[in-house]
Amino acid sequence: MANKNFEQFKGSSDYVISDALKNAVNVSITLQRPLLVRGEPGTGKTLLSYSIASALEKELIRWNIKSTTKAAEGLYVYDTVQRLNDSRFGDKEVSNIKHYIKLGKLGQAFTTKVQVVLLIDEIDKADLEFPNDLLNELDEMSFYIPETEETIKAVQRPIVIITSNNEKELPDAFLRRCIFHYIEFPDPALMEEIVKVHYPNIKNALLKDALETFYTLRKIDDFRKKPSTSELIDWIQALLASGLDGKIKEGEIPFLGTLIKKETDFDHYVSHYIRKKQGYRGMNTYGN
Amino acid sequence: MFTPFFYKLKEKKVPVSLTEWMILMEALSKNCCDNMTDFYYLARSILVKTETHFDQYDQAFQEYFRGIAPPIEITEELLTWLKNPKERPELTPEELAVMQQMDLEELLKEFEKRLREQKERHDGGDYWIGTGGTSRFGYSGSNPQGILVGGMDGMRSAVRIAEARYFQNYRSDVTLDVRQIKVALKQLRQLNRIGPEDELDLDQTIDATCKNAGELEFKWKRPRKNTVKLLLIMDAGGSMEPYAELCSQLFSAANSLNHFKSFKYYYFHNCPYDVLYPDIEQRKGEAIEHVLKTLEPDYKVVFVGDACMAQSELLDRYGDLYFHGYQKMAGLDRLRQFKSHFSHVVWLNPERARFSTYPTVLMISKLFPMFELTIDGLSDAVKKLTARR
Repeated sequence: MANKNFEQFKGSSDYVISDALKNAVNVSITLQRPLLVRGEPGTGKTLLSYSIASALEKELIRWNIKSTTKAAEGLYVYDTVQRLNDSRFGDKEVSNIKHYIKLGKLGQAFTTKVQVVLLIDEIDKADLEFPNDLLNELDEMSFYIPETEETIKAVQRPIVIITSNNEKELPDAFLRRCIFHYIEFPDPALMEEIVKVHYPNIKNALLKDALETFYTLRKIDDFRKKPSTSELIDWIQALLASGLDGKIKEGEIPFLGTLIKKETDFDHYVSHYIRKKQGYRGMNTYGN
Repeated sequence: MFTPFFYKLKEKKVPVSLTEWMILMEALSKNCCDNMTDFYYLARSILVKTETHFDQYDQAFQEYFRGIAPPIEITEELLTWLKNPKERPELTPEELAVMQQMDLEELLKEFEKRLREQKERHDGGDYWIGTGGTSRFGYSGSNPQGILVGGMDGMRSAVRIAEARYFQNYRSDVTLDVRQIKVALKQLRQLNRIGPEDELDLDQTIDATCKNAGELEFKWKRPRKNTVKLLLIMDAGGSMEPYAELCSQLFSAANSLNHFKSFKYYYFHNCPYDVLYPDIEQRKGEAIEHVLKTLEPDYKVVFVGDACMAQSELLDRYGDLYFHGYQKMAGLDRLRQFKSHFSHVVWLNPERARFSTYPTVLMISKLFPMFELTIDGLSDAVKKLTARR
């Protein structure tokens, strides 16, 4: 490789990564542009940034977006009400406006001396205009605080990872500035690797059975929510904890509740797949 | 470098911009990739910003880098047949030997021919297109000279990845689930300040506090809320049967969204005549005169229907096939009433194919802007509904 700075990130011991994603992460680091990660819930979008942070030994700053989050909160908050309140008693230094400027997550990421990983989690939860409000800040990695006439500029441009669940379409102008990666649902071979990372001592027979059952469930198109990777991991943990290490009998799935979370899906499964095979006995397997 | 590829992407309707192209050039100049597969992913992560365009990207990529003709379009219906591959054992060497060799062109011709002949789902067997069979066409079959319909075949080189067109299912011009319809409908909003005054008005508070010699005085204002009122009128006639699920998805999205100031819905058969039905099973209608009188003109109206009927059903005064009694007005005149009463009306049509050919569709689309009932069509319709007139 001609460029030594490229290919910094190689995945970490507890996070299995596809080549395409690794590539995208490294492009984003090299070009210093935000990486936008999208994919089904439970495919490890959020965990990716933890993995990057631990692999590159950098601090992670996580900004969780909620439906009420405003872009400005990420930069700084000027607590006017507090200042007004303090001014009535005069026991604090009200004249210094700096006491009432609190940096948000983005502001913190800009002001730290060493490079950090900044995770903007579930950006699509916020208002539709939210990403547009951050365009310039993410481009220039700086912002201006009119109250104190200060410009906060990134000391070290942070590695920015943004995740989205596709609840809302993101604006084009925002997308143009990002590197994009869509996390596909892992195929059985990759999934085997992922499970082994979490449970290195798992017996092969059990793993094979569990995966087979899992992918059979995922093939059922009528589920409202298909079981995802994180549910598989939980389920295997339950299997291991129960001391089960033999075979999973066909049509009799223990701890089904950890895989299927919606009542309608559960009913659908029971009525279409279990009753057909063995009468009503399957009902007993729910959450036992 | 690769400039024709840029235009190829544009041609395939991938929304690439110059900004992104320059980023790609920057990445190349920084040696971010050293083989074709890397380049495939690199260019994709920079140029394509949604998985719904991955398929178009794949097509552009394979056409540019190999000059392969695009595969023939495979219908939605066919893909549904192929969704659940049936288990089938491997072929025996004898069977394999029996399979005669056929060149690609011949194979494609035959594929199209059989596609035309075939009318239903088919699994197993050795002739029709389907899953788990030994016919030359289909998914997870085992004919050595076969055409793979859909599915991923595990080949790793870049052009092959593109060829597999794994992301075909993500294209946004296909209709998708309730959640995505909701996202599209969410755009249907007009924010106004209504409701109780319960939001702190900071500027006013500061002003008032100053005037009050520093003693805190809070000022409140009304929060901004969506004021859009939606009226959904759906065709529940026989010809709409294939789209019943699609319509119910749209309905449940609109109904559960909790986003509109008011949401009303009615059903009709074929074309709205004298009455609309709040409940299709009970056949108890509400007169359209009553509906128009009670609903304000600022309701946004969405018709859903295939708009396909005999011309007499739309134009004749006694055109209603389901009802042989007194009828005041022809269907088309009823629709005109809607047009003159409401300021924003659109028509969503699940049947794309007949847009420009079917006479009644043409007549209705002259009256109301007509959009296809897909995510893209719905977003366009929403834009039309929120536009100022």
